[in-house]
Amino acid sequence: MAATTLPATLAATLHGVAEVPGPLTEGRVLRALDSVIDPELDEPITDLGFVRSVTLTGSSVEVHLRLPTSFCAPNFAYLMASDAKDALTALPNVGVVTVELDDHHDSDIINSGLVADAGYKGTFLHEAENDLDELRATFQRKAHTAAMERSLTEFLRARPELAETALANVVLGDLPDDSAKAALLRRRVTIGLSTVDSASVLVDERGSPYPAVLAALALRRARSTRISIDGNAHFCRGLLATRYPGSEVDLMPKAEQSYFPLSSIIRTHKRKIA
Amino acid sequence: MYQKDGESYFIVDAHVALWDARPENQRNIHGKQFIDCFYDYHANLSPVSEKWPYEEYLYQGGERFIKDIFTDGYVDHAIFQPAHLGEFYNTGFGQTEEAFALTQANPGRLTYNHNFDPRNGEAGLDQLRADAERFNLKGVKLYTAEWHGDSRGYKLNDPWTYRYFELCRELGIRNIHVHKGPTIRPLDRDAFDVADVDHAATDFTDLNFIVEHVGLPRLEDFCWIATQEPNVHGGLAVAMPFIHTRPRYFAQIMGELLYWIGEDRIQFSSDYAIWTPRWLIEAFVDFQIPEDMTEYAPITIEQKRKILGLNAAKMYDIPVPVELQLPNADETATGPRQPERADLAPV
Repeated sequence: MAATTLPATLAATLHGVAEVPGPLTEGRVLRALDSVIDPELDEPITDLGFVRSVTLTGSSVEVHLRLPTSFCAPNFAYLMASDAKDALTALPNVGVVTVELDDHHDSDIINSGLVADAGYKGTFLHEAENDLDELRATFQRKAHTAAMERSLTEFLRARPELAETALANVVLGDLPDDSAKAALLRRRVTIGLSTVDSASVLVDERGSPYPAVLAALALRRARSTRISIDGNAHFCRGLLATRYPGSEVDLMPKAEQSYFPLSSIIRTHKRKIA
Repeated sequence: MYQKDGESYFIVDAHVALWDARPENQRNIHGKQFIDCFYDYHANLSPVSEKWPYEEYLYQGGERFIKDIFTDGYVDHAIFQPAHLGEFYNTGFGQTEEAFALTQANPGRLTYNHNFDPRNGEAGLDQLRADAERFNLKGVKLYTAEWHGDSRGYKLNDPWTYRYFELCRELGIRNIHVHKGPTIRPLDRDAFDVADVDHAATDFTDLNFIVEHVGLPRLEDFCWIATQEPNVHGGLAVAMPFIHTRPRYFAQIMGELLYWIGEDRIQFSSDYAIWTPRWLIEAFVDFQIPEDMTEYAPITIEQKRKILGLNAAKMYDIPVPVELQLPNADETATGPRQPERADLAPV
């Protein structure tokens, strides 16, 4: 499985973003920051309202980031801040790039590390044993699990007669070409899984399918992962708005529906029966 | 005791604190950051009518505590779960002397749990012996993200922690309440990882491990571990107030918990003074899984009675009137699972 070390590049590839040379604008800076994902929530930091300010001075750019609490996990904080710096440094015609994390209990450590391009281990010294590749990979796997659950839940919703055990036989080609499938395919690419039509949808992180007898349990487990991610997003979005009054205007609606009330399956079901 | 529609609910608030976060007790900026973070939780997730001014939030004192918990709060018995946070606060965050004095002044209504830090080594073991005797400890509250000199966290399966668990066993401290927070070394791992609970629960099957906040933000890992380890329980602190802000999401959390770990291992708590118990209890008794969410079975009155008090009462041998007691439910459909069924474990 390929652990991604250049998320901006990968994201640009996946989203088909072509870097056209041109003057640096706030819009270009923000589009570059769109590629920076909160690994835990699987959402861009621009949608989450984590970008506090963008200041352009000639070709130089200074970006300030903010998080929902002072005690947000410092590894995630560092990961997002350093990804932001990478994404901005990759912009054409950019001069000095400054990224600062505000109001975090480790702001000083993280900001010094960013200035020095010290890397994660260089920044946290004895507190880190390895770089963040494995951590990133863990959350990429979770993001895939959640995307898989969303797709299959939608699939079930459209087929009320289908038993959960039948999900073991669903392949990518069976899924409708919608945003849930597109999100699933992106996450499969990220963790190195096949995207061919004949590939099973309900798989573990190595791409191994589940037998029918375990399909329902696998879906329940994937659902608990999705609910956990959604819950964290509820906390983070709510706390950011409380901590920084006015920041709610920066909270963008999610680009793809990541929250399916389970009831919606049932509602559809009942309508169809009636 | 809370009564509604002819039903009586024996209430145990399994996670309360008497803290002092006033500026004079703040040791550094982190003391302020910590209470500010708590206050944001309080402000964001409380109904407007229950929201306190910041100044009142910094410190409540015993009188206010008694009023909020017992006079107004319907609670029959409350359990202190103090966080030490000695690196952030001069006399610590949880006020040991004040809370213990209150416990002695209110016999039968309060249990004082204390804490330990395995990084205190041998001296800490001696201290735990003394604390167990003085406080008559049945439980401890561990905050694995506690800062300690150069260290900013430990794990439940560290060798030194095991030394402390062995001593807990010897001293009759059976209930280990665990709060998982961020900033655990090494930082390159998942800072909220709950896997160490799994190891400790497997190796100390005679101790109860109550994972506070039902493992949030790792609900799924918590559910999975609790499914396999019958001595792992979930505390609802911090999950409770979703009942107000996001009731449909709260329904999903309850649905998942009842599905995975069942009704006998979930404990209510207000996490006072982050929230006050009164409105949470009223809301929970009135709560029901939305009818259209037939994915989950409705919550029964018996399940609510267990969660609101009977489960914690059983764990702490708190006397409950005979007519309010309930038998254990059958095992959940999911487990406890045999190790060979752990084939779904990697996410």
